[in-house]
Amino acid sequence: MTTLSDIKSRPIYAGLKVDDMARRHLVAAEGEGALAVIEAFSRAPDALDRTTILYCPAGSAAMGHDTALADLNPDVFHLAPSPQTLLVRLNVMLSTATMGTRLYATGTEGFIGAVIAAALPFGVDHHSIYTEHRGSLARRVQCVHCKGMTENVTATPFTCSHCGLTLFVRDHYSRRLGAFQGVCVDAEEPGVIPPVEELYK
Amino acid sequence: MSGGVEITVRVAEIEQATASVKRFRLASASGEPLPVFSAGSHVVVSMDDGGHRIRNPYSLIDRAPDGLSYRIGVLRTPNSRGGSIFMHERVSVGSELVITMPVNLFPLIRTGRKHVLVAGGIGVTPIYAMADELRSQNAPYEVHYAMRDEANGAFAAELVERHGDKVRLYRDDAREIIRVEEMLPNQPLGTHLYVCGPEGMINAILAGGRAAGWPVENLHSERFLAPPGGAPFSVALAKAGITAEVGPHQSLLEAIEEAGVDAPYLCRGGACGQCVTTVLSFEGELIHNDHYLTDEEKASGTKIMTCVSRLNGRELVLDL
Repeated sequence: MTTLSDIKSRPIYAGLKVDDMARRHLVAAEGEGALAVIEAFSRAPDALDRTTILYCPAGSAAMGHDTALADLNPDVFHLAPSPQTLLVRLNVMLSTATMGTRLYATGTEGFIGAVIAAALPFGVDHHSIYTEHRGSLARRVQCVHCKGMTENVTATPFTCSHCGLTLFVRDHYSRRLGAFQGVCVDAEEPGVIPPVEELYK
Repeated sequence: MSGGVEITVRVAEIEQATASVKRFRLASASGEPLPVFSAGSHVVVSMDDGGHRIRNPYSLIDRAPDGLSYRIGVLRTPNSRGGSIFMHERVSVGSELVITMPVNLFPLIRTGRKHVLVAGGIGVTPIYAMADELRSQNAPYEVHYAMRDEANGAFAAELVERHGDKVRLYRDDAREIIRVEEMLPNQPLGTHLYVCGPEGMINAILAGGRAAGWPVENLHSERFLAPPGGAPFSVALAKAGITAEVGPHQSLLEAIEEAGVDAPYLCRGGACGQCVTTVLSFEGELIHNDHYLTDEEKASGTKIMTCVSRLNGRELVLDL
């Protein structure tokens, strides 16, 4: 479960629900997010003939979620081999989409963040994207010092994969980058590092 | 002052745009340039009607290239509480008025990929400024402007002159009606819609937007309300230890100000939320007229917007 944070930028994922008014549903899902899509769209089967689902199994490849999603029989189902290829396809769809399209994103936080970051340049307000966090709590973290990104961070502090500093993972989030911020934990007393906590498994 | 920094202006030019609309050019009295504003901004114009203060919000049409004047458009409303009649009958070239700093409650969403501007009647004033700003930024936009008839299209000719075929005009007398269901499909993802005009039109356009599947985040409107009158009541200000009477044609805010209390306000039209005040107790029924508080807040009986809302009852006690 996502706990509420005092940090205002920490995203909140309200959960998937189908927008009955939308003319078109564009769903980007990753890993366990498939289950959120199945739950939401099973409750609104009439929407499926106006629905495009882009799915990348990622870490849950062996679970058969792709078959379950395809069995929903949406108008378009596209299985992507990786989040990167899914985002390429998503970008093409966003560039030709019209208003009346509702965008949905579900999966790990890193994936949801990447979908939102892809939609922002198309003028989509992030509040209008329906999201649900499923699967790992792993974070995409930007080192505020060298600006390098480290994917799938599960513990804090951790070692920056680019500059090697020991970074404390903050709830401070950049929507543009789709990443949490990591800050050097031993800047004042080099070498004094608090115990590692596996907070984001 | 609660309304922020005030600027003294002198009326430099009055143009009778239509039978019921006058455009006023308000020039900086000090000769210093007036603040730059973003399209969609309004100022509150303060009028001195023989010791009685009238304050009305008006959207800014434009700022002269030299920065020394603003233009506003004022519709003479038959059920005016005095503001628009004052502007039409008592203000002449050379008159001095006091305005607030521009405030924008109706901004363009700059991340939008396209902008659909919809105006009805005098609601064209902020839309006029928005269209100019979008043109100068070379952003994709279209303008839809509905008017009663050609004689009442105060801004039609100028809009067409400035924006050409991006403007579509609708005349009520020719039974031309804005068909939101034709305007909204096939707009590119990331389009934002802005509507300003009569209440019924705003509601129809916003409802049409939702029906076309547009997210509420892409639908924007602005409506300033004239404070509706009602039965008189008394207001007790707990902190100030003052009790004042609110007359039938007076707003709660005006009565508080007349009693000498500098209460918070910004738009004076039920839109911005600056004047939200805690209600300590009341006898009777709160009449909420604003577009700001949520239904839950209104039902809670603990908050009121003094600019447009009032009490139907005997006494209201406020935390002021």
